[in-house]
Amino acid sequence: MAASSSSSGGLSSQLYQWLDERFKLDTVVEYVKGKVVPVHSHSLFYYFGGISLFLFIVQVLTGILLLMYYRPGADSAFESVRFIISNVSFGWLIRSLHSWSANLMVFAVFIHMFSVYFTSAYRKPRELTWLSGMALLGLTMAFGFSGYLLPWNELAFFATRVGTGMAGAMPGLGEQVLIIMRGGEEVTGATIGRFFALHVAILPGTTVLVLSAHLLFLQRQGMSEPLDWANKPESDKRYRKFFPNFLLRDLLVWLIVLNILAVLAVLFPDGIGAVHWPLGAKADPFAPPPAVIRPEWYFMFTFQALKMLPAHVWLIEGELFGIGVFTIGGLIWALVPYLNRKSAKGQPSKLFTAFGVFVLTFVIVMTALGYILE
Amino acid sequence: MKNIRLLLLLLGVLTTSAALTTAEDNNCLTCHQDFEDEETGPSHLIVRDIHIQKGLGCADCHGGGPSLEDMDEVRESPDWRGVPSHLEVPDFCARCHGSASYMHEHNPSLPTDQLTKYRTSIHGQRLFVNKDTKVANCISCHGAYQIGSARTPHSTTHPLNLAPTCANCHADAEYMADYDIPTDQFEKYRQSVHGKALLERKDLGAPVCNDCHGNHGAAPPGVASLSFVCGNCHAIEAELFNASPHRTAFEENDFPMCETCHSNHLIEQPFDKMLGAEEPALCINCHAEDDGTGGLATAAAMSQAVEKLATAYDDARTSLEDVIAKGMMTTDEEFRLKEVQQLLVATRRQTHALAADTVDSIAEAGYQKANEVRTNSAALVDEYYFRRKGLGLATLFITILVVALWVYIRRIEK
Repeated sequence: MAASSSSSGGLSSQLYQWLDERFKLDTVVEYVKGKVVPVHSHSLFYYFGGISLFLFIVQVLTGILLLMYYRPGADSAFESVRFIISNVSFGWLIRSLHSWSANLMVFAVFIHMFSVYFTSAYRKPRELTWLSGMALLGLTMAFGFSGYLLPWNELAFFATRVGTGMAGAMPGLGEQVLIIMRGGEEVTGATIGRFFALHVAILPGTTVLVLSAHLLFLQRQGMSEPLDWANKPESDKRYRKFFPNFLLRDLLVWLIVLNILAVLAVLFPDGIGAVHWPLGAKADPFAPPPAVIRPEWYFMFTFQALKMLPAHVWLIEGELFGIGVFTIGGLIWALVPYLNRKSAKGQPSKLFTAFGVFVLTFVIVMTALGYILE
Repeated sequence: MKNIRLLLLLLGVLTTSAALTTAEDNNCLTCHQDFEDEETGPSHLIVRDIHIQKGLGCADCHGGGPSLEDMDEVRESPDWRGVPSHLEVPDFCARCHGSASYMHEHNPSLPTDQLTKYRTSIHGQRLFVNKDTKVANCISCHGAYQIGSARTPHSTTHPLNLAPTCANCHADAEYMADYDIPTDQFEKYRQSVHGKALLERKDLGAPVCNDCHGNHGAAPPGVASLSFVCGNCHAIEAELFNASPHRTAFEENDFPMCETCHSNHLIEQPFDKMLGAEEPALCINCHAEDDGTGGLATAAAMSQAVEKLATAYDDARTSLEDVIAKGMMTTDEEFRLKEVQQLLVATRRQTHALAADTVDSIAEAGYQKANEVRTNSAALVDEYYFRRKGLGLATLFITILVVALWVYIRRIEK
């Protein structure tokens, strides 16, 4: 490619040569040309990582635009969001895109994670890719939680009070964590300051670092092949070139997602059904809480499960018991590459598949119950 | 150890004597509860009475010793007051309620001029001057044994219960036959804008009988003072009315001020057609084209201004509702519409001053704002369709890109 480029003698080939002399681009090009992606019945799930990445990019771009007008603070946050929606040209669209892409990103991340889990793609040598992915899931949820408060409206205020209250129920350091999160004992303007700094500086910076590591691992190790390919003859395995074939397909999927995003953002600027973010009334700490306080849909399974627990389980306080179970469950989930020894040997594990089915069913049922019973 | 035993003995003695004292205090109830009906007997009803709840006993009103066990001994006690007659009740209650120093110990916020006011009331005058024992005294309104603060919902003088309390006598045609006054006040009040607010919507801010007539000094408001009575709540309207030519004219003709147009007990929600030079306007009841006051011309001009703004407000609200239904952000326009509504209220209020120019200038300001709401709502509807057209174009463009990309991928994969 380098040779053909140089022979054409155009401006682009001259630029390529200039860069190649300095950065040895040829080796990178040769590496990328050699990369392949397995083709099988579950190949569709390979695109969800890319979709998550695309939606993250949309988040960053729309977030920067919102940042130009958003003013954190108890006296200005709500007013500035209202100004963005009603007075800034296309402000409504930017906020709507930001909110929709946030929700779609969480959805894509969940699909990506479960597909990796059920295909045992986390197995050796991709343990660090899985762990960095888990960290990205945590960061995504933290983005959602911190962003929810920023409009400083009634619903966000009370949901944040409940959410931070749950963190405060942790044994030992709970109270300190609550005070650090809220910037005091109550949710106030100080909490907005903290959540804002977290949402626009700490989380994006950390995410870029972890995401870079995640993508670097992926590029070095390539896409995981299905477990049953270990016993398949090479002639039966099908591959697709990463560049340009897979990358172009990725781009095609991104365009489709962009269109879905545009349709949702224009037709439902305030969301729809359970995925709803009307600005509503400004937060008033002295007002009675609304009849229904609910977290965002991706926290609903935790919220509902904790709500359904009795006041005490044995001698432990119900909420504390629930948080303990979720912590242990989350640890098992994160450490699955090390716990599932069979997958490391290229064998399927019925136990871990059953665990995955249980977790997925639990999340779906609890989320559904959360909306049905409210 | 010895000291502890002594302390325990002392505590035992004190407790026993306290228990005996309590038993002695209850001697009135102990006997009366034995023979009085549980549903209607005073000794049973009294447990809800505010006086008992504040620590007073039967003897504090009726005299006699609560520790005495024999009723004859009670009656022979020097401070025995027994049961007062209808005529004696006001002074009986005023023993405490007229004493500022005594009331200061029990309820310093309660006035002590009830008897003084009562003497000035129609009830008081008839009772003391005419010795008419059919008129209301303290217990007619407050009850005798279940007296509660007007703030407690079970009290007969709580705002929600007060009109029925007055109606006990004033709606009883047979009972009121001697007095030559109507008995339909309660029925009319119930249908009035005030009655509906209080009795149906439970709005405790709405006026009830005593807010206009007074309570202990209850009397019909005089013709001249009527605008002051209504002005207690409708202050701006009263001020405008008092500065208007109507004030003098009504005084000269002995018209009952506000009541002339709005009635008294049956005050209905005012409507715009009340004002004007044609039916059903009330102005034509007094004014004629050629009466030399120019009243009908003023009424017609004010009516036109009010109607113009009311129509503009309705149109603006309808157009804004259409935008809201489309899911557009309308906070600014909603605020603007509120301003129009306030200006409409101000315009209607200003009619009490009978100054057509002022009414017109306020209405014009509201009309301009209503037009702004309508124009901005129309722009928002345009914006709504612009968004959809933009989405359609973007979708078309992206679809073309997707198809082109798909064709290209298929080609390179061949």
